[in-house]
Amino acid sequence: MPENKLTAELISFIEEWKEKEGNLIMVLHKVQEHFGYIPREIAFEVADRLDVPVAKIYGVITFYHLFRLTKPGKNQIAVCMGTACYLKGGEDLILEFERLLGVGINTVTDDGEFSIEAVRCIGCCGLAPVLTVNGKVYGNVKTKDCKKILAHFKGK
Amino acid sequence: MNKIELEINGIPVSVEAGTTILDAAKQVGVKIPTLCYHSDLEPWAACGICVVKVEGSPKMLRACATAAAPGMKIITHDPEIVKVRRTVLELTLSTHPNDCLQCGRNGNCELQTLSEEFGIRDVPYEERLRDLPVDNSTGSIVLNPEKCISCGRCTQVCQDMQNVWALEFIGRGDDTRMAPAADVSLDESPCIKCGQCSAHCPVGAIYENDQTRLVWNAIEENKKHCVVQIAPAVRVAIGEAFGMEPGELMTGQLYAALRRIGFDAIFDTNFSADLTILEEGSEFVQRFTEGGVLPQITSCCPAWTDYMEKYATDFIPNFSSAKSPQQMLGAMAKTYYAEQSNIEAKDMFVVSVMPCTAKKFEVNRCESMGASGFQDVDLSITTRELARMIKQAGIDFKTLQEEKADSLLGEYSGAGTIFGVTGGVMEAALRSAYFLITKEDLEDVNFMDVRGMEGIKAAEIDIKGTRVRIAVAHQMGHVEALLDTIRAAKENGEETPYHFIEVMACRGGCIGGGGQPHGATDEIRAKRTAGIYTDDEKSVRRCSHHNPMITKIYKDFLGEPMSHKAHELLHTGYQERKVYKK
Repeated sequence: MPENKLTAELISFIEEWKEKEGNLIMVLHKVQEHFGYIPREIAFEVADRLDVPVAKIYGVITFYHLFRLTKPGKNQIAVCMGTACYLKGGEDLILEFERLLGVGINTVTDDGEFSIEAVRCIGCCGLAPVLTVNGKVYGNVKTKDCKKILAHFKGK
Repeated sequence: MNKIELEINGIPVSVEAGTTILDAAKQVGVKIPTLCYHSDLEPWAACGICVVKVEGSPKMLRACATAAAPGMKIITHDPEIVKVRRTVLELTLSTHPNDCLQCGRNGNCELQTLSEEFGIRDVPYEERLRDLPVDNSTGSIVLNPEKCISCGRCTQVCQDMQNVWALEFIGRGDDTRMAPAADVSLDESPCIKCGQCSAHCPVGAIYENDQTRLVWNAIEENKKHCVVQIAPAVRVAIGEAFGMEPGELMTGQLYAALRRIGFDAIFDTNFSADLTILEEGSEFVQRFTEGGVLPQITSCCPAWTDYMEKYATDFIPNFSSAKSPQQMLGAMAKTYYAEQSNIEAKDMFVVSVMPCTAKKFEVNRCESMGASGFQDVDLSITTRELARMIKQAGIDFKTLQEEKADSLLGEYSGAGTIFGVTGGVMEAALRSAYFLITKEDLEDVNFMDVRGMEGIKAAEIDIKGTRVRIAVAHQMGHVEALLDTIRAAKENGEETPYHFIEVMACRGGCIGGGGQPHGATDEIRAKRTAGIYTDDEKSVRRCSHHNPMITKIYKDFLGEPMSHKAHELLHTGYQERKVYKK
């Protein structure tokens, strides 16, 4: 896939951070910002450029929930599973999206349109249960709202 | 040294500053249970079973990772501590399958032992098994993640001791597993099959690929002429599987046991170690005197050659092309011995008993492992597997009368036997290289500089005015630094710092191999090493070129070292391999 190449910007970022402590996390953040996830071939290239074992990179990626190894959908639904949202029915929202989209959590729909994930507290517990789609926040969401939310993003 | 005083269960003890509470307790005969701790590794307090109390502190401390402090009053056992330890065990057991009867570690599992000591009869927690697939892709070691208790030893060994980085903590929390990165199997990973993970695993999560049934099948097949060879390090460790002291020399008993198991010819890898020396020693003398690529690097260790083919490909021209003793014996059995005994190679089945899991991989590492026209060594089993076979055969190993190996490929010199320890291949090679260069024999064959447990040993040897600079490294993680000194000299256009280098992947050499009986520590490695040197010292002949059967094989069959025939049968090549196959 042509898009999975380190851009000149990413390469210079890696060069800038190469000798600094904590460089791996910084580089992985930047990579995910660019691709939406950490493509496998990029992880290998980062390993090479930072002279870090591939295993170490995967140790970090799989430790932090934020990092993704698979390409997310065009529209990313992130349902908050922090304590308040969980108690207010966050899980029901996930189940409803799974039912509507026909895919499980952390999976992309066949048309590449949507993916659902559970995230840690996003910091607006007063609006629980909360979810975001592509960063746009929806508060006090009820299961019956899910369909509408999907329709709003579908095909856009 | 700076000594500090403290009390353990009211017993005063004086220890060096920096000593852990765990080690301090050992000094006064108090055993604190451990599960993740291993003396080879940095303690990292994963399991929590070693907790102790310090008077005046409400916190429990982990004895393995806490340094003793002056004046500490430590309580290692009281009802509350025992209760906490029991809880640790129960929680661990709630995620561990209880199919102990079918487990490879049945009888020597550290978790099983602790469960027995704590009298665990039921687990109050919900069982949470993960149903993860078994990975037997390497054919050498098997990864069974379901049995993993996340102690982390294997990963620490793979990364810190061996610098291989095949295993990593993948995932987080109770989803964590020790696995290769990037969704590959172990065989597709950087794994070098050294098996140190399996030697350090406290439970049955990583173990050798048991091939004993295939050996029994071959023996059962009447038509097959079954040949067996035993490696140097096996004889000083197998006794441990029968409750004997490490280092006890069991060569004669091993020959007898193998004969009773049903092998038709009992040979010794020490013989072919002598043969390796003649080939590798001659190769070195040729490179050294005729201006070949130096340093020459030993290639007997298949985990090391695998590492080199992945991580240090710039040294491919430096590798001795001489095959390992295991492979040389296989090739000689299926050609020379076949010819001499009128048995066709196709009817022969060659088994090797090795302290090593990587030897299983070596038997078909590349095409030249079939120099006889057939796979030269059909199967390689570990010391642990042979111990099991001896038990299955109902042999009382301890009281067995010693027997001799069979002729042609059974006789060995002291130089052959020291192949089993770090520095041994170098020492054996020097004993013969001295002769090859000067046509005279050494008065004192002992090279003390290459012995011992230091990670990298270097020395300059005086061969009648010719200075030969050598280095010896063991435990894979030490090798890179040594290689870097050579790379640096090359870059600066300087002369190579060494002419000859020996590398063994495992700590202490093959005596500490990944296929040896479980529980190796430096103390045990030292005893096994002592056993090997005893075998050397009591040998009538201590140099490979003095082995009369070696002289005979060259006279009758091979011609001379490095001859065309020797090259065809006893030498191999190396190639670059990908660190990750996909």
